[in-house]
Amino acid sequence: MSTLSAVEGIKARSRNLRGTLLESLADPITGALAEDDQQLIKFHGSYQQDDRDSRELRRQTRLEPDYSFMIRTRTPGGVVSPAQWLALDALARRYANGSLRLTTRQAFQLHGVIKRELKATIAAINASLIDTIAACGDVNRNVMASANPVESAAHALAYDWARRLSEHLLPHTRAYHEIWLDGEKVAGTEEVEPIYGPTYLPRKFKAAIAVPPLNDVDLFAQDLGFVAILEGGELAGFNVAVGGGLGTTHGDASTYPRLANVLGFLPPESLLAVAEAVVTAQRDLGDRSNRKQSRLKYTIDRIGVEAFKAEVEARAGLRLAPPRPFHFEHNGDRFGWIEGHRGDWHLTLRIESGRIADVGERHWASALRAIAAEHQGDFRLTPNQNLIVAGVPAAQRTRIEALLAEHGVSAGSERSPLRQRALACVALPTCPLAMAEAERYLPDLLTRVEALLLRHDLIAQPISLRITGCPNGCARPYLAEIALIGKAPGRYNLHLGGDLKGQRLNRLYRENIAETEILDLLDELLGRYAAERRPEEPFGDYLIRHAVVLPFATVLTP
Amino acid sequence: MPQAATIAETTPLGEARERLLSELSQGLDRESLWWLAGYFTALARETRAPAALEAAPVASKATQGLLVVYGSQTGNAQRLAEALHQRALAQGLQARLQRASELSLKQLSRERALLWVISTQGDGDPPEDSRSILEALASPRAPRLANLSYGVLALGDASYPKFCAIGRALDARLSELGAERLLERGDCDIDIETVAEPWREQALTRVDKLLGEAERNKITPLRALASSAPVSGPIEIELLASGRLSLPDASRDVRHLEFSWPATAPAYEPGDALAIYAENPPEVVARFLTLTGLDGAELVEWKGRRAALQQWLSQDLELTRLARPLLEAIASAGAHPDLAAAVAGEAYAGFITERQLVDVLQRWPVRWTAQEWVSRLRPLATRSYSIASSRAAVGEELHLCVAVRRDGDRLGAASNHLARLSPGATLRSRIESNPRFRLPADDRDILMIGPGTGVAPFRAFVQERAERGARGRNWLFFGAQHQRSQFLYQLEWQQALKRGQLSRMSVAFSRDQAERIYVQDRIREAAREVYAWLEQGAHIYLCGDASQMAPAVEAALREAIASSARLDRDAAHAYFAALEAGGRFHCDVY
Repeated sequence: MSTLSAVEGIKARSRNLRGTLLESLADPITGALAEDDQQLIKFHGSYQQDDRDSRELRRQTRLEPDYSFMIRTRTPGGVVSPAQWLALDALARRYANGSLRLTTRQAFQLHGVIKRELKATIAAINASLIDTIAACGDVNRNVMASANPVESAAHALAYDWARRLSEHLLPHTRAYHEIWLDGEKVAGTEEVEPIYGPTYLPRKFKAAIAVPPLNDVDLFAQDLGFVAILEGGELAGFNVAVGGGLGTTHGDASTYPRLANVLGFLPPESLLAVAEAVVTAQRDLGDRSNRKQSRLKYTIDRIGVEAFKAEVEARAGLRLAPPRPFHFEHNGDRFGWIEGHRGDWHLTLRIESGRIADVGERHWASALRAIAAEHQGDFRLTPNQNLIVAGVPAAQRTRIEALLAEHGVSAGSERSPLRQRALACVALPTCPLAMAEAERYLPDLLTRVEALLLRHDLIAQPISLRITGCPNGCARPYLAEIALIGKAPGRYNLHLGGDLKGQRLNRLYRENIAETEILDLLDELLGRYAAERRPEEPFGDYLIRHAVVLPFATVLTP
Repeated sequence: MPQAATIAETTPLGEARERLLSELSQGLDRESLWWLAGYFTALARETRAPAALEAAPVASKATQGLLVVYGSQTGNAQRLAEALHQRALAQGLQARLQRASELSLKQLSRERALLWVISTQGDGDPPEDSRSILEALASPRAPRLANLSYGVLALGDASYPKFCAIGRALDARLSELGAERLLERGDCDIDIETVAEPWREQALTRVDKLLGEAERNKITPLRALASSAPVSGPIEIELLASGRLSLPDASRDVRHLEFSWPATAPAYEPGDALAIYAENPPEVVARFLTLTGLDGAELVEWKGRRAALQQWLSQDLELTRLARPLLEAIASAGAHPDLAAAVAGEAYAGFITERQLVDVLQRWPVRWTAQEWVSRLRPLATRSYSIASSRAAVGEELHLCVAVRRDGDRLGAASNHLARLSPGATLRSRIESNPRFRLPADDRDILMIGPGTGVAPFRAFVQERAERGARGRNWLFFGAQHQRSQFLYQLEWQQALKRGQLSRMSVAFSRDQAERIYVQDRIREAAREVYAWLEQGAHIYLCGDASQMAPAVEAALREAIASSARLDRDAAHAYFAALEAGGRFHCDVY
């Protein structure tokens, strides 16, 4: 067995994620944490970042980078109350850069919190009954759940299981309470992590619960996915899928995106046991010497799907039944009003890149603050960076619409499907891994691609486009029909050939190109698509059929 | 007759002088030999040891063996360099490993053998840890590296247009500076080992050969005497570089300036100040002419020379600071009894702190001719700034830390003049020796209290002590309004702390929280440790604002002593007075 990666040593020495965080937080000479603590704070739900736009100027001024922290919430299924929304909104304005960011994992992010105020911010978040535990780091992350299933009653189910799964897989360490919440140190008993062990998992772990026919959670991109199987409106059980994961490293062919394998079917009461079995199997079998090979997808490819399934069954103490049939129609959100099963209504709002801020004419932050002040239902973050105002009585619908209009925003149903569906990660200026722009560039990029669609009379066609600043894939670009994956400032790898359901990986089409070339290529391909497509045929399917891109990997659903 | 002295096998003199010495001492009687000893002793005392050679004992250790450097963004170059370093050690070579961010031009010029692994990012950009040293190498001030043999291994990605651009540029520049290539540069694509493996083999073979030769040809350096005749009168210095120390949006504009300081100029010590012969800001001159209604082109006589009024006002006459005789003259000639009253007696001090000449003329005009003005205005005084560098660390340079004074119409003459200079501009200056603000013995601890630009001499102190390898501890107290934009020299202090050159640093950023916090508050918080340092013989240094900071800090020190030692007020005063009498309390406030 080769040597363990450096991060393993950091975790092992950390005394269950304490490290020297308290000292780092108290060090007034720098706005940064000590190096090891920068790894540990991820488990507490935060990343150290800096303003990359000002790095060079500051270095020349003999100042360290402008460090700040991103904080991410643990909000299984993305459900929060209006009071919680208002609390987070107020914290964003007081301690962060003023905006909230809704992520592709149904969590909130606050950016720009300085070290001196980190504890106060995290404590305040906890005071509103939300925590940030395990939102980042080598642990199970925020558990996703379909935000607005077609069978509305199923949402409560999915949300409930997401919550239970999240809690079952939470780290037990008291470090979080000691450091952020002035928790008492409990002397005597040795602290134990019953599921994770002292060094937690080899890498991040992502879990989700999907309710067919919607695949908004992109189930096949998760390490662990549960597909709710409903029969006659009742939950019969779940199909379990393992080994999805999207992150890659440019130029390293040993890293690749992978779609999850459906292992089998289990009754609801076995969900937690099966989940724990998958997690502990990954804990014990995952590669801890090379972090680029640590994700569950590589573990499974190394030992084989059947062997992994046997491992899970042995640990869970059960046999999985053959998977039940299911069918996904698409992985987008359905905008506008949709009636719920109790005569109430849900309004899905299109919010570009999930950025809640008052910008130009569009004042999302003010609009949602006003709505939260009156709304009696809840808010649901969607896996597509959008927001659902859920549980609105029919009589209140016009009021909600009026508040939106007052602040220059709307649900966005009138926008092009391209613009409705597009996803972008945060990238610059805060993400240290970004090689190119994503969120800041998306609006312009969409305008230019829309121009192409208009030219070829395709503006009404649903097309999925996702852009990320680096190959880690936080906005799930490897599933999109068109994906731009950042390589250098202004340069992207162009991937083509995913689908609208989250069941097919796209393929690298051109490497390291700039906008002009990207648009020229898309122009040509869209032109051919418009001329040669079959009726209703999606763009990605057309490209595969015409061998413009060779199919990479597709999920076969039973 | 005493025998001729046998000259020891190894002297620092070199063969030629050894022969001379042998000849000289041949046949001398004892008295003559003692006389010679006295002669050389006196000569040694008079001679200033050039700073660079004083550092030589440390330097020669540093230049031994191979230096492996890496500039890495994602870790690939670092890993390669680490492996290279290990291989070199395994081969029996003396090898050191260093990150590019820790490398200085000074160190490079003393190295003998260098292997540098560097990656290129994105669109031809350097890894961030290498920016500083690459900039320094690219500048026209970069020294010749005639002593250096090197090899560059470049990492990159051939799908990018500027493949390995940084490695190429570095390879070329080192050669341009006179260093000798040990082997051709290696350009690695993402399949790194293909090129790296053979390059590594060849590189280490050649380094081995080079260093083996060096061992056989070891030369003891000759200690040359610098010319010891100091130049008198103002020294002309040249601005080499200037940059900001505070962000553009900060409430204070603070600059870092680096000047040439030739070896022939009088030496300066840490703690000394530089007096600048500055010019008045053009805006102030223009305002003066407007307020007085005079014509700048008018020819006027001053100190026996004739020149345009504009020139005297710009370069030679005091236009910003006020003086009582001038004010009294204005009051009388302009018939302003209220002005006369305002500057009478004790009111004068308060009157002049907030005002410049333009303020006075605004409210109390007077009609004088150009000639009358020129005869009444005082000569432009020099302005002094604590020197922020140690010659031991920076060689033939002198650094200043200057706050640019700009308060509406009121501009600081010297600080604005300095802020406007471009590299290459010259300035007249002289050293103001500060014998009461000197470092103590190397094994003494020092407490340095220097908020704002008061931190300048302490940069010199810490640099000097680092070069001397002084064992005494150093504790710096620094304050400013905001950490984010005004933490002067932050990166340097962080590095000094990391290297143990600064033992401890306390900071106070007054406006970063609801309540104001200043350096004196930090002194109070750390009272026990401050007192403990004093009990162990530490010296205290205070530099900066005289009016508010100094008294507050002194009060805090007295309180710290009183509370820690359980003394009453009088006893604490006495303790403090004893510090001053014992030369352990040093003050440079203005």
